Amino acid sequence: MVSETVISLRGVVALLGRFPALARLDLDVDAGEIVLVRGPNGAGKSTLLRVCAGLVPVDSGNARVLGHDLRADRRVIRRSVGYLGHDTGLYADLTVRDNVRFWARATGASGADADAAMVRLDLDTRLADIIVARLSAGQRRRVGLAVLLAQRPKVWLLDEPHAALDENGRDVLDEVLRQAAAGGAAVLVASHDHGRAEQLAHRSVSLAGGHVHSVREPGGTGVFGG
Amino acid sequence: MADGTFVNDAALVAAKDLRLELRSRVAVSQVVPFAVLLLVIFGFALDGDQTTLQRLTSGLYWVAVLFAAVLIVQRAFAVESDDGVRDALRLAGMRPASVFVGKAGAIFVQLIVLEVLLGVGVAVFFGTTLTGWGLLIASAVVAAAGISAAGTLYGVLTAGLRVKESLLPMLLLPVLAPVLIGATRAMGAALGDVAVDGWSWFNFLAIFALIYVALGLFAFGPLLEES
Repeated sequence: MVSETVISLRGVVALLGRFPALARLDLDVDAGEIVLVRGPNGAGKSTLLRVCAGLVPVDSGNARVLGHDLRADRRVIRRSVGYLGHDTGLYADLTVRDNVRFWARATGASGADADAAMVRLDLDTRLADIIVARLSAGQRRRVGLAVLLAQRPKVWLLDEPHAALDENGRDVLDEVLRQAAAGGAAVLVASHDHGRAEQLAHRSVSLAGGHVHSVREPGGTGVFGG
Repeated sequence: MADGTFVNDAALVAAKDLRLELRSRVAVSQVVPFAVLLLVIFGFALDGDQTTLQRLTSGLYWVAVLFAAVLIVQRAFAVESDDGVRDALRLAGMRPASVFVGKAGAIFVQLIVLEVLLGVGVAVFFGTTLTGWGLLIASAVVAAAGISAAGTLYGVLTAGLRVKESLLPMLLLPVLAPVLIGATRAMGAALGDVAVDGWSWFNFLAIFALIYVALGLFAFGPLLEES
């Protein structure tokens, strides 16, 4: 496995209004690594992902993604990051194909990348020409994942990616993430589905109160950190 | 990842917005009927007096265009508010200025179609004879450009706010008052209703459009970031 550090956070503080959603958080994620982020509601999991995506500003601390300073180069970082949050970022009145192709082209990928991603996610069926508003939550999740796959990001940030997916969809998701990591991408997954996500992850970190509470290596027990 | 040219990105956004309108048919089923309904209501308000309606055609026409334009702008940014789309747009890494041009371009196209339909509307409902085609078309085009640019700027400004539906018209309509005045004068001159130099009002509209295009190119990015 490549040991290049892709995400490096040191003493990061991120405020949502006046509330410190991240409070002096430390975390490293290497290329090729899948890290599971755990923690109760309000622990800061989603904010951590949004900070790494450059969607929430860093108020203090040292934060680097792909070597770029998150405080100074947020826009540069965003181009290499794939983020799938609770929302899927899809246009409800466009078809599945229109959405995947638009977001692929918007992020510099080709139409062929978009088509390949749709095939990989089993979306090149009758679903392709259905508008997103008519899809189930699980199907939308699949389309959101296809958009990410077409982009081929160097950093994957996924918030509850298994939510709403059926068993087959979860298997496909896990396979896609393993392949992305094998290709050198860094993957950060926030999930409550610990059983499946722990099998997927190389390492898991627990957040509490906006900082890393413990780190669990594969096969190991909890180690206090942060 | 995003390495498209400025023009390609703008065309991509404009094509997407127009495709959204074609698929959802909001403009066809709501905006156009609303604008035509305004013309009919003006007719009722003025007792259907054709002489008065013809004399006031240019003002009534542009009031109808402005109100319908607010709906078009609202719709253009409502689609970016659903399901985390605005985050996705920020993450895509396209130049904000190209997104501005793309969105303004799509609004511009819809406004031109609306202006043509309302032109037919005033001819049919008010019995107005359209004349001075050169000035009429030129002023309609630059007015649409100004409305599109200002609308896109104020659309993104209010996009992230909970009260955007009521705030956008409150902010945008006063800003567009110069367009209403200039376009009404230019159209009035084209129709021969007022004795003014219509082309000087065309120049006024062009300057308005240039100012808001320039403002949009620079300010759209920070506003998208904060919305």
